[in-house]
Amino acid sequence: MSIQTKDVEHVAKLARLHLTDDEREMFTEQLNAILQYAEKLNELNTDDIAPTTHVLHLSNVMREDEVKESLPPEMVFRNAPDEEDGQFKVPAVLE
Amino acid sequence: MSTSKYETVVGLEVHVELHTKTKIFCGCSTEFGAPPNTHTCPVCLGHPGVLPVLNRQAVDYAMKAAMALNCEIGDVSKFDRKNYFYPDSPKAYQISQYDQPIGLNGYIDIEVDGKTKRIGITRLHLEEDAGKLTHVDGGYASLVDFNRVGTPLVEIVSEPDISSPEEARAYLEKLRAIMLYCDVSDVKMEEGSMRCDANISLRPHGQKELGTRAELKNMNSFRGVVRGLEYEQFRQAEILDEGGEVVQETRRWDETQGKTFSMRGKEEAHDYRYFPDPDLVTLHIDQAWKDRIRASIPELPDARKARYTSEYGLPEYDAGVITSSKALADLFESSLAYTKDAKAVSNWIMGDLLGYLNSNSLELSDVKLTGQGLGEMIGLLEKGTISSKIAKTVFKEMLQSGKLPQQIVEEQGLVQISDEGAILAIVQEVVANNPASVEDYKAGKEKAIGFLVGQVMKQSKGKANPGLVNKLLVDVLKG
Repeated sequence: MSIQTKDVEHVAKLARLHLTDDEREMFTEQLNAILQYAEKLNELNTDDIAPTTHVLHLSNVMREDEVKESLPPEMVFRNAPDEEDGQFKVPAVLE
Repeated sequence: MSTSKYETVVGLEVHVELHTKTKIFCGCSTEFGAPPNTHTCPVCLGHPGVLPVLNRQAVDYAMKAAMALNCEIGDVSKFDRKNYFYPDSPKAYQISQYDQPIGLNGYIDIEVDGKTKRIGITRLHLEEDAGKLTHVDGGYASLVDFNRVGTPLVEIVSEPDISSPEEARAYLEKLRAIMLYCDVSDVKMEEGSMRCDANISLRPHGQKELGTRAELKNMNSFRGVVRGLEYEQFRQAEILDEGGEVVQETRRWDETQGKTFSMRGKEEAHDYRYFPDPDLVTLHIDQAWKDRIRASIPELPDARKARYTSEYGLPEYDAGVITSSKALADLFESSLAYTKDAKAVSNWIMGDLLGYLNSNSLELSDVKLTGQGLGEMIGLLEKGTISSKIAKTVFKEMLQSGKLPQQIVEEQGLVQISDEGAILAIVQEVVANNPASVEDYKAGKEKAIGFLVGQVMKQSKGKANPGLVNKLLVDVLKG
């Protein structure tokens, strides 16, 4: 199958995950197993079927441009790691 | 170093904030300048399990903008997640559009050095804006304000058809004018409601393949874009002249230093892992919807310009300047309900109005002049009620108070004196008091009459009819 350890490393890096060697091995195996399972879908002939992104037969779900109440500040910061002057405080990320 | 050896190739990515009342996926207000994080809710704060619901007005505006840029509007459009980690994006993805944007394959025409050039528009798509970071603690921490998260944006991507910094400016100015005509955004670069990134590369003249490009960011004004591109042209030409290779990277324009700097970190090629957003259903745009939006697009700058030259006989240049701003063009047209002399209106706009606005760094919305005021003032001039000198006084007053000219003239007693007797009295007095000038004139220095005319105008406080003053002066001097 297709997933190599280096693919797992790439995805882990993008997701900011630090993996041990054992975990890399484990996830490589697991991801391959998942893909193999999904591979079964390739047995179907989909030549005449338009690609779908949703199973729901819904489209154009929209709202009107009307202002709704926002959250009160004490609620906004309930999950904040840290707060200063009404703002979320986070470690700096270098550009 | 010479840039002339190379052809410059520029493509611009412009973000325009749509001025909806609420955010693109939630009902929080988009009002500018609110205290940090007071316009946030679980949706725009990226809490788990929340559902975004698309703002219909944002789609309407995006379609309107795309149509005004001559784009094809797809029958089906959808939203995708663009994944990246940065503290300005609480969900760790931005909802954007990947392969089915609102608009494709458009163009606008720009004019540089009197030549028209068509610049292709690759695409226009809808997306949400990110939050605002302020770096504190000596750069070790950042404060995040999520008010701006979810403000609807359209990203407009041009083809690499732009060949100089001047063309880039003309493109941005045209784009800005079109957005203002469509009334979908305030498009102020200084306030961030219009932002521009540029891809620029050089290649030897005649070479087909594009050179390696740099992406420029952080240019916060039209002038910044021009200067950033000029600098980058110079930098890349120097590298190529020395036989070096331009590195593909993102560079940051530093306005105060007047240079671009590498932003590092671009080595890890971006991998945004776009995929369809499962929380947002597909958009089907039928003909009726397209027709409704198309009907809402007003006459655009190019069409107006053409009409002003053909219908009113304005010079190309004047028509171009007036139509570059919708507000100015609207003023021009509303004046014409009060006077038939379109050229006079144009001249007052091009001269006194723009002169006043430019020298005081004002916008048209900062002054109180109305189309009725301008039109009626020109009418008073035509009738000879006021002289062109008085008109200038009236015009200044209209800019400041917005009063109509007739009222200004009456309040300040500015009516032109066309009574021959009254003027003759002043003329005789001036002639008696300025024997030297009179001698000069009689000795053949015809120019001396200018001084005498000036004296008469001064004595009459600018109210004497200048034609009569001239005539009577000559009569008296020769008589």
